[in-house]
Amino acid sequence: MTLDPKPDHSRRGFLGAALTLTAGLAIVPGVILFEVAKPKAAQPSTAGVTSKVRWGLLIDTNKCEPGCDACVTACKTEHGWEGHGRPRTDPQWIRKIDIRDPKFGTERSLPVMCQHCAEPPCVDVCPTGASFKRADGIVLVDKHTCIGCRYCMMACPYKARSFVHEAQEDQKTHSPRGKGTVEGCNLCVHRVDRGGTPACVEACAAEAKGAIVFGDLNDPKSDISKRLARYPATRLRADLGTDNGVAYQGL
Amino acid sequence: MEARTKPASKLSLRVLDLAGPTYYGLLVIFATVAGIGLLAAWDMEHNGHWVTGMDNQIVWGIPHVFAIFLILGASGALNVASMSSVFGRSAYKPLAPFSALLAIAMLVGGLAVLVLDLGRPDRLLVAMTSYNFKSIFAWNIFLYTGLLVVAGVYIWTMLEHRMNRFAGAAGLVAFAWRLALTTGTGLIFGFLIAREAYDSAVLAPLFIALSFAIGLAVFILVLTALDASGVVPLGSDMTRRLGRLLGIFAATVLYFTTVQHLTGLYAAEHAAVERFILRDGGAITAIFWVGQVLVGGLLPLALMFLGEGAASRSRVGLAAGFVVIGAMALLYVAIIGGQAFPLSIFPGMEVSSSFFDGEIATYSPSLREGLLGLGGISIAATIVLIGSRVLRFLPKTLADRP
Repeated sequence: MTLDPKPDHSRRGFLGAALTLTAGLAIVPGVILFEVAKPKAAQPSTAGVTSKVRWGLLIDTNKCEPGCDACVTACKTEHGWEGHGRPRTDPQWIRKIDIRDPKFGTERSLPVMCQHCAEPPCVDVCPTGASFKRADGIVLVDKHTCIGCRYCMMACPYKARSFVHEAQEDQKTHSPRGKGTVEGCNLCVHRVDRGGTPACVEACAAEAKGAIVFGDLNDPKSDISKRLARYPATRLRADLGTDNGVAYQGL
Repeated sequence: MEARTKPASKLSLRVLDLAGPTYYGLLVIFATVAGIGLLAAWDMEHNGHWVTGMDNQIVWGIPHVFAIFLILGASGALNVASMSSVFGRSAYKPLAPFSALLAIAMLVGGLAVLVLDLGRPDRLLVAMTSYNFKSIFAWNIFLYTGLLVVAGVYIWTMLEHRMNRFAGAAGLVAFAWRLALTTGTGLIFGFLIAREAYDSAVLAPLFIALSFAIGLAVFILVLTALDASGVVPLGSDMTRRLGRLLGIFAATVLYFTTVQHLTGLYAAEHAAVERFILRDGGAITAIFWVGQVLVGGLLPLALMFLGEGAASRSRVGLAAGFVVIGAMALLYVAIIGGQAFPLSIFPGMEVSSSFFDGEIATYSPSLREGLLGLGGISIAATIVLIGSRVLRFLPKTLADRP
């Protein structure tokens, strides 16, 4: 066998081409699979959702009793986010907050959940678009594209989102949850899409004083709009300009 | 005065020719630590994040401190190359290829930590195929992967003789890119309107200054190690240059830190969070004053500009070590401290709930998180060890010219 004394320049080209081909072969099937495997049924069901309505909540804090957590219990049952006895990592989609004016001692107790902002900071910061707002104003997390970076939790002014810190069992079919993704109040979108009202609203009306009203903020004839027209209401951290879908009276 | 533009002289480079046992010993150590980091990440993903110190209050923890340290350090390390190609300081030219290698290595290490801490690291493909372009995080994915490409091309233009004529242009692109990258990293926090400790554009220049400091400090530490092991002799002329530059970077970080907190103190809205960081925050306050200000700022400044200053090689090495510790302290105070302070949902009111509203959050990092972070550093070290063994990245000598 004789050795070619001249350097073989074609080898370099071959190596480059081989490298490109290998990289391509490694990546392309993954991308194709990803597109194919995307379950069509899992795509956010936005058919029929229109921006003609904007769903919202009005909470009358005068009717909200300290110590009553009917809304929280109802939400827990509806969506199955009971904790594991680890308060720091257990999720809370809705919680009761007790507030007190340090100067005059006046107190209020009120539920806080996702405020379904018109300009949601969580949607702005989400790198993959998993955090999204439907045309009707409901802010949701697409559990199929959430990578669990928790940037939305950093961005939310209301601490409305929780991270799922452990594997889930016995999930509700209408409210899927997943370890390593972020979740929060979805305004019981499964009920709303069938013409119903959120579980917290229903529970408050049945078991407490009916402090929470649900309805279409775009419809001047809706109960919620009429109440908002009659008495002034507050949006939490209105200074941030997020234009919340949840309003509070009596604060 | 130093000649700013010198005719391009051929770079005189070498491989990392450490003796076999030393080289492979180091390689085994770093690869093992990297492997332990991967195991820690697997454990976190397998069990879920409840086994870490992170929770719904402190959502980003020690892994993010390490990841951002490495990512900022990467663009800072690349800066040494920019000193020669963009600012025409020919003395730094022999360092340029190694600077780019160090940048790639640190960036890969940092990104590994960031990705492995995700709730769903298996969805990396989603992050790379599904973008929300309003998110600074999505922009950063492009900025990070882009820097790998830019630094790779830059190395090619430096090491391949036929490409040498493009090295200047590649260096310029790399410099612009790294500025954009650190701006983007700073703005991950700067764009958080609801968190009182962030929500400030000054975080962008602060992170740029911090990246200069980290990158140079790590570079100095690596060069010192290379000198000590007899691979690349390091002269006191080069040490003095690097040391003085490090002092200037440490001062710049201190300057932006001062601006950040003075601005905070001036606005009544931010007074409470400033009181928490600067006075009442316990461990956070201690880490701020001792770690960030004293060790990371004042001591390096004193070491570099008082007495014999940067003329002393041990002082330069010590200052570099201090800058690294100070940078970790800064990132800890910014990331953990910023989240520990509760959100102000009802300004002016006392609040309480079962979800820790109104309470200062505590954070006790788990061993796993620390190991994942150290794993990232070890990944970077492994890449440097392998890269500089197979290609000529290192200068033949940095000794003083006779």
